[in-house]
Amino acid sequence: MKSDFLKGMSHGVPISLGYLSVSFGFGIKAVGAGLSALSASIISATNLTSAGQVAGVDIIAVGGSLIEMILVQLTINIRYSLMALSLSQKLDRKFNFFHRLIASYGITDEIFAVCSAQKQKLTSYYMYGMIFISAVGWVLGTVLGAVAGQLLPEAVSSAMGIVLYGMFMAVIIPPSRRQKSVFAVVVISALASILFRYVLTAVSSGFAIIICAVVASVVGAFIFPVADEEGEK
Amino acid sequence: MNIALYIAVMAGVTYLIRMIPFAFFRKKIKSRFFRSFLYYIPFAVLSAMTFPSIFYSTGNIFTATAGTITAFILAYFNLPLIVVALSASAMAFIVGLI
Repeated sequence: MKSDFLKGMSHGVPISLGYLSVSFGFGIKAVGAGLSALSASIISATNLTSAGQVAGVDIIAVGGSLIEMILVQLTINIRYSLMALSLSQKLDRKFNFFHRLIASYGITDEIFAVCSAQKQKLTSYYMYGMIFISAVGWVLGTVLGAVAGQLLPEAVSSAMGIVLYGMFMAVIIPPSRRQKSVFAVVVISALASILFRYVLTAVSSGFAIIICAVVASVVGAFIFPVADEEGEK
Repeated sequence: MNIALYIAVMAGVTYLIRMIPFAFFRKKIKSRFFRSFLYYIPFAVLSAMTFPSIFYSTGNIFTATAGTITAFILAYFNLPLIVVALSASAMAFIVGLI
């Protein structure tokens, strides 16, 4: 139990360090959008996700509707359902319903990646250790970004504004290079997003993201249906 | 609107998305179309969020473009997320000094 927790923590150290620097950018962005450092930290502690939080802060900043917030979070974070589904197949027998209710809080892209790479069954305490240290990095980075973002010189904090987008590019570009299907989906979605930004400006940014993502993914699913293995990732 | 309400909605939706399949679902999704759709969604979402917003992310189109090109090149050569993210920012900062 205890050793599983420590093992999870040690496997989570690289994730935590990564989160620390990325959430620093989120903290700056959130404060720049008019949120308090406390609000930004609570968002990070309760959501533990990058893209969803960025989109959420954008909606808060422009005073969007709650329906928009729900739909945006649903669209951006729906991938976690697939990851949760995949992880649920390789849980230890003692990983009961109660533990699942707690551990589901911490299913992120990176934690999913490390957990699925494990050969043996996952125990609840292993996941708790990894989630704990990752969440500490994520929240601490947010606090530092939100507070230091106001202290840092303008040139530094504005340059930090690109950090999260840089991370997003690092997620979409390598698979776009390997698979023309992903490349097609990425290009369609980007072009649609540009169209909404400059031409169909009446549509709010949150809904624009949903429409772009759904259209691009439907086209991708029609033209390039995935094989059995890929779909589970 | 009250910010606490926004945060509660964000956190609630995000938690339920993770919790429902993790705690309740045991079977595999059979529809190939739906599985394909879900496979592409993260890439499509991130692409729509990144373009064209990344060019406005630093408040200066030139520094942002320099950062974007840097991120593109490093991501193309498969460097780790953190390296790509921080290098893009460092480049934007350096170009901003010029």
